[in-house]
Amino acid sequence: MSTELRKGHAPGDAPPPPLPRKPVEVLERLLVPEDLEAALARLDRPSGSYDYDPWGLSIERSKLFVGLVKRLYDNYFRVTAHGLENVPAKGRALIIANHSGQLPIDATLMAMAMLTSPYAPRAPRAMIERFFPKVPFVGNLLNRVGAVIGDPLNCSRMLENEEAIIVFPEGVRGSGKLYRDRYQLQRFGAGFMHLAMEHRAPIVPVGVVGCEETMPSLADIKPISRLLGLPYFPLTTLVPLPARVSLYFGEPMEFAGEVTSEADVVARVDQVKDAIRGLIARGLSERESIF
Amino acid sequence: MSQEQDASVASGSSSARRPTVLVTGAAGTLARQVIRGLKADHEVVAVDFRYAARLGPRVPSYKVDVTKRGFEDVFRKHDIDGIVHIGRIGEDSSRESRYNANVLGSRRMFDLALNYGVRKVVVLSTFYVYGADAYNPALLDEASPLKASNLTMDLVDSVELENLANIYLWRYPELDMTILRPCHIAGPGVRNTMSLLLSQPMAPFLVGFSPMMQFLHVDDMARAVEMAFRHRGRGIYNVAPQDWLPYQDVLRECGCLGLPVPSLPPNVPATLSRLMRWKAFPSFLVDYFKYPVVIDGALFRKTFGFEPEHSMAAVFEHYRHKKKR
Repeated sequence: MSTELRKGHAPGDAPPPPLPRKPVEVLERLLVPEDLEAALARLDRPSGSYDYDPWGLSIERSKLFVGLVKRLYDNYFRVTAHGLENVPAKGRALIIANHSGQLPIDATLMAMAMLTSPYAPRAPRAMIERFFPKVPFVGNLLNRVGAVIGDPLNCSRMLENEEAIIVFPEGVRGSGKLYRDRYQLQRFGAGFMHLAMEHRAPIVPVGVVGCEETMPSLADIKPISRLLGLPYFPLTTLVPLPARVSLYFGEPMEFAGEVTSEADVVARVDQVKDAIRGLIARGLSERESIF
Repeated sequence: MSQEQDASVASGSSSARRPTVLVTGAAGTLARQVIRGLKADHEVVAVDFRYAARLGPRVPSYKVDVTKRGFEDVFRKHDIDGIVHIGRIGEDSSRESRYNANVLGSRRMFDLALNYGVRKVVVLSTFYVYGADAYNPALLDEASPLKASNLTMDLVDSVELENLANIYLWRYPELDMTILRPCHIAGPGVRNTMSLLLSQPMAPFLVGFSPMMQFLHVDDMARAVEMAFRHRGRGIYNVAPQDWLPYQDVLRECGCLGLPVPSLPPNVPATLSRLMRWKAFPSFLVDYFKYPVVIDGALFRKTFGFEPEHSMAAVFEHYRHKKKR
């Protein structure tokens, strides 16, 4: 049975003018500008008969979230994105960035930059922390907008599906670090490099500047984080601060050929780290004001 | 066994030798469909532990417990060439009796199959064996670990049945054994827990959780079983459509009113299910309403050329329509 039939009109009829009835639809109408709606419609992602893909992404059901983030992107974090032309227009890619700011604001803003790219809009996927699926509402919301837990199998599948995937190899070491350690890259996991080599996916290094200042953490209150089963519990602001965020997308890096040892892989990871460090340094030197 | 034989049934032997297939769980809807398909060019012998299903004059049908000695009489009486093992004891029985029937009973059947020269065995397993784990990646393939027994004792029999079938699969290459792991089977006549749930006007869901689910129409599953039986293809296969819908959307599509069940602390839903004795929402399956178990049916599609004919929307339409009556 087709979508049209489910919505209650015959397949031959022209679709009736959409009348927002539910609160969600009214909000969508208010928050999602037409050009963004059109950009979403053009994405044409592979999905099942209900607009969902196997990981739970639904463009249709993400509209409201995307509209909301767009507002924050433009007016609150006043994001500037550089080097978007470096993101491959199509095909698999790993978007590797420094992680910061306690909440995954960096991933969200990077995704929005890619979605509204003047060169080739793409809806990237993001690999998220393993505790998210256990959190009511949040886990489902993240799945719906395209994030999935950072399992190498998920990543492999998605690269084979020619997706662009945002990965933070620092994981919680990066997002949960204290303000005094800002813009210092923490240890990178090497999983992304193995995946890039195995699937011959280009790596786009990204330097994120500004997210460190959105939620500066003075301390990690370990007893609370242990109690709640969270990776960290920062002593920080109640809401993210309106820091200006700049994103620097670097030139794609290809890592072809065999490696003979894990040390070779780590050396390649270091090349990516160096590229990200360079992008962060550029961002910090070009920054005129934090807020 | 003989005293339990359905009196209405004629003898299974015929002059022109057609291959004979033994179908277990014959009283169930899926098995009936499979029998209907195989009857055209096979002699079918039907068994079920519940009652001797009436399947027409040409299908000998027995009420027999696979764990009892009398079960061998079926093999003595009929020259069985293949087995379609659908019958498994479900949630109603105790853990022990399920283990006896589903694991020990199946082992007995596989041994009888070897002793009586059976060449083809199809075993119906379930996607539940993968386990509802928070860290499940999507599109689990057949090589994914079977975590169910680690998560709940109540699915140990399902996992062990598979382990057992696997041992016979590699130890006896002469036995063309195919193990199928379908996603939720639903549609007219199906009486599994998910079907019971979707038939109700009100169905529980865990607040803040709506895992992706897959549904296969019972007609399509019957075709899949038939295909697996008719064609060679030793091994393990997931059977699922390339379609997915979150559980809460499934409820809406089926016309069910969602009954919110608190999801925190994590043991609340299972406790509630036990207290309320929710048959269609058993406590040991609660996590399947929390975390997704999305399987990849690509290998089966490719190997057997299987494509579902009914959409998931058609499956849901059945339950919506049923409520209107």
